[in-house]
Amino acid sequence: MSYEQPDERGHFGPYGGQFVAETLMGPLAELAEAYATARTDPVFQQELAADFRDYVGRPSPLYLARRLTEDVGGARIYLKREDLNHTGAHKVNNTIGQALLAKRMGKTRLIAETGAGQHGVATATVAARLGLECVIYMGAEDVARQAPNVRRMHLLGARVVSVTLGSRTLKDAMNEALRDWATTVDDTFYVIGTVSGPHPYPEMVRDFQTVIGREARAQILAQEGRLPQALVACVGGGSNAIGLFYAFLDDPGVALYGVEAAGSGLATGRHAAPLTAGTGRGVLHGARSYLMFDEDGQIRETHSISAGLDYPGVGPEHAWLKDSGRAQYVAVDDSAALAAFHRLTRLEGILPALESSHALAYAEDLARRLGRDAALIVNLSGRGDKDVETVAAHEARS
Amino acid sequence: MSRIASVFAALKGRRAALIPFITGGDPVLSATVPLMQALVDAGADAIEVGLPFSDPMADGAVIQMGHQRALANGCTTRAVLAMVAEFRKRDARTPVILMGYVNPVETMGYEAFAEAAGAAGVDGVILVDLPPEEAGEWRAAAQTHGVDTIFLLAPTSDRMRIAKIAEAARGFLYYVALMGVTGAGHLKVQDVETKLTEVRAVTGLPVGVGFGIRDAESAARLARFADAVIVGSAIVDKIANAANAEEAIKDAGAFVRELRGAIPARGDLRS
Repeated sequence: MSYEQPDERGHFGPYGGQFVAETLMGPLAELAEAYATARTDPVFQQELAADFRDYVGRPSPLYLARRLTEDVGGARIYLKREDLNHTGAHKVNNTIGQALLAKRMGKTRLIAETGAGQHGVATATVAARLGLECVIYMGAEDVARQAPNVRRMHLLGARVVSVTLGSRTLKDAMNEALRDWATTVDDTFYVIGTVSGPHPYPEMVRDFQTVIGREARAQILAQEGRLPQALVACVGGGSNAIGLFYAFLDDPGVALYGVEAAGSGLATGRHAAPLTAGTGRGVLHGARSYLMFDEDGQIRETHSISAGLDYPGVGPEHAWLKDSGRAQYVAVDDSAALAAFHRLTRLEGILPALESSHALAYAEDLARRLGRDAALIVNLSGRGDKDVETVAAHEARS
Repeated sequence: MSRIASVFAALKGRRAALIPFITGGDPVLSATVPLMQALVDAGADAIEVGLPFSDPMADGAVIQMGHQRALANGCTTRAVLAMVAEFRKRDARTPVILMGYVNPVETMGYEAFAEAAGAAGVDGVILVDLPPEEAGEWRAAAQTHGVDTIFLLAPTSDRMRIAKIAEAARGFLYYVALMGVTGAGHLKVQDVETKLTEVRAVTGLPVGVGFGIRDAESAARLARFADAVIVGSAIVDKIANAANAEEAIKDAGAFVRELRGAIPARGDLRS
């Protein structure tokens, strides 16, 4: 393909890179080297493919949501059913890959940060399967609002550390995981859950997630006989979005839409939409990207009903895709996402994750604009069982 | 000769320098300048001042909370620069080194920050999350305004990286004594000594050692072979536990005096 990002030090144009303390530079170089070797090793790729098929349950279906399409009255809406993966979200594609790499590198302990808990569950799952020790860092606020996932992680044998410093959400969990890693790199592999962090993570996580788009491209060609007009995916860090988009980057007729969390509304400032309404370029958690920060460079607290999107930064490749114009980024607020959550549940019998509901809400608008001759794919990145309590609590309040 | 170079030149062969760390604006904004002066009076050879940041990833809980207190007080990067300028009016000799994270500096602009730092009398800057690979633009700005860029070395830095970092560094090198964050509790003095021998084979720059130095005893042991001993969390902890700003200044001063008293003079060890 003609698209070749990042460069060898992990830069996507002005974004990405390795902004970490010196302690982690050596371990990151070691990781980049191990991954570069694994990436071109047919044995590694075969193991990964076998796990995707037999353990995750891939390929995930591409499902034409007929009743939703009729209700919306526009383009045919296809759902890429990542919610049907083992553990209920796209996150496992990446944790399988990183765990295989951890094993190759002789690491005996996995650590991860998690927001909604899906990545924590997916990491705890592969740790259990490989018999590795596992510690998950989770903001105290997220521990409270995603209790079912915390219980799942415990059952899987992981230790969940509730992070009480800072804003007590995903960003603080990532700080804490980085601190752990700086102390334990000898035996520990840090499984980052999204296309963020220092090089090689954005590239590596993307590569593991590109299976989504490769499958979707073949499936839509089989079902529609042509490519879709658009792809829609929610963007927190952006791993499910880049996973869907990547195989279509060289298809100029396919428009790419990343949907951020507008929270209480962009105008209120209580949102998590760095690409749509952020401050500009900044550096957090090892990479330069779009970021939300104040006039002194302090990272701003974010808000979204969806814990998985409640993060002030975004993967550097999305920053690059935005600047290059290849992808467009929009934002959907809490109430629109909730409405989409209910519509899909009632019309299709599918309970979507609140994260994915943001993509659904935008896809409905887009489907109306594109009209009945068009088709689009929404990445249904996760299932919504974990969100039942949150939805009930939110609706009791309002 | 710069203030940093002068201090190391004056102490060469005599004893290790003592560099205490405090966070700018902690426990209150008005305490930072008197704290700096008290630390100098107690025997500090240079002062390291933390630029508060919302997400200090390389710091342990004690310094994180120092950053949080400073930010809650309304402390900013510009406020810390003003504190250094104020300190400079009364102390023209003691080097001041700022230690922070790159986003607030980048937000102000490398050039604007370097110029303001130089004008305020800042001698060196450590940006924890800006390794030499990403630091080209910052180094150029710092050099223009006479500010040394001090880089970290870690137990994981191999010989090639040490050489590369030493090449990019000015003033001194800051060796991170342990795998982990500031304030951690597993310092192994013997490992540090071995690594420093490796570092000295590559560079003639002075090497300061920090992270995990909690008391006079560990400071004394490192001071046998390091060019400078840097103590942060243990001081910030005293500040956090003091009843008020006055007590904080007194307690931090007393602790630094104790540290300084423990640093041995160099006779036959390394002269």
